[in-house]
Amino acid sequence: MSGLLSSSIARKVSMALSAFFLMFFLLQHFAINITSVFSADAFNETSHFMGTNPLIQYVMQPVLLFGVIFHFVMGFVLEIKNKKAQGVKYAKNKGAANSSWMSRNMIYSGLAILIFMIIHFIDFWIPELNTKYILGDMSGLHNGEFRYFHELQEKFVPIWRVALYCIAFVFLALHLLHGFNSAFQSVGANNKYTKGLKTFGKAYAILIPLGFIFIALFHHFNH
Amino acid sequence: MNLTLKIWRQKDANDKGKLVKYKVTDISEHMSFLEMMDVLNEQLVNSGDEPVAFDHDCREGICGMCSMYINGQAHGPDRGITTCQLHMRMFNDGDTIYIEPFRANAFPVIKDLVVDRTAFERIQQSGGFISVNTSGNTQDANAIPIAKSAADEAMDAATCIGCGACVATCKNSSAMLFVSAKVSQYALLPQGQVEATDRVMNMVAQMDAEGFGNCTNTGACEVECPKGISLTNIARMNREYLKATSKG
Repeated sequence: MSGLLSSSIARKVSMALSAFFLMFFLLQHFAINITSVFSADAFNETSHFMGTNPLIQYVMQPVLLFGVIFHFVMGFVLEIKNKKAQGVKYAKNKGAANSSWMSRNMIYSGLAILIFMIIHFIDFWIPELNTKYILGDMSGLHNGEFRYFHELQEKFVPIWRVALYCIAFVFLALHLLHGFNSAFQSVGANNKYTKGLKTFGKAYAILIPLGFIFIALFHHFNH
Repeated sequence: MNLTLKIWRQKDANDKGKLVKYKVTDISEHMSFLEMMDVLNEQLVNSGDEPVAFDHDCREGICGMCSMYINGQAHGPDRGITTCQLHMRMFNDGDTIYIEPFRANAFPVIKDLVVDRTAFERIQQSGGFISVNTSGNTQDANAIPIAKSAADEAMDAATCIGCGACVATCKNSSAMLFVSAKVSQYALLPQGQVEATDRVMNMVAQMDAEGFGNCTNTGACEVECPKGISLTNIARMNREYLKATSKG
């Protein structure tokens, strides 16, 4: 088992598994956020459930946090190792002749996503932790009403934050355009379904970030 | 055609090396790239200079020796070829051509454009074979039924000539396409099953020990491979490795 954790294939498989988990989480996050466009009540109810359910809070949330940290740390470890494996740089190198920009710059799109996530955590996650676990208010209420939808609307009032979110989701799309199918290749899934999966992957990589951008713009212009 | 060449010159493994500019004239578009290099070397010898050292052997795309990185691409600006199969018609009169050795820490430069690719040999020796008792009672390989599709895929994998273009072109200097081709050619055949677990574990371990980088699935190796080795081989190697690991 120790071989599985230390080899180059183990590293790529572990990156892929954490990517699958994060891509599933992203889908779930989107499914909840999109309810805010259609119904404030539905968004409030779902947010309250997610924010207070013990299984989600004490099991899924730590697993998610581990998945996020692992994916970022392993991404940087791989980048450092790969830089070490390279020899002297080519005086002339045509990377675009044989690979996509997205595949060659995963570290930079990943870095942009990391910066966004830190801002996102400061915006939403840390205030949530403070309210629930420091102040001890698990009610989800503010002035007798659920606070989640109102907080969401308030966050998307400043245009700089909306712009920042939009840019971050463009980077997420670029990351997913390579990452989605790369994850399947890493776990050995390259077969007759790959062509269809590539199409699905492209749709996922574009539509989900676009959906998040839509949500941010919707709340900015409908406040 | 008249060309300007910027060629990597390096006296030996310890020399720092640098790009040196040369001019060649009256180069025929029908020449192969290596013939153009021969013309340059003749010029250099005639003028009392040291000729450019470069690897070459069969000059028909089989041996995989000619390891040049030409104008930013392994084996130059064409697909499915080695450097000896690259023709000067791919260039224009007046062009400046950059000629560099394959770059990777696991492929140290020996001299000029010659690199040490014995890391591939050590990987192959660690498991890229089947053990056959040649006592005289060896079973005829054709006596074992093999599906045509499996035989074809194994043959496709076996066409890898170990030239190292996959490593040279990979931004991570990963050798996974080479190793996966060698693993696949046996994994697809019944003869390869007996040693399958040890083979993939040992070859991957040796690949990592040689200092090759980690594959990030950019696909550049598949595009630049002169023999069209497919990325499906890397996926197969990953499966073989996971299967072998689960067996302990």
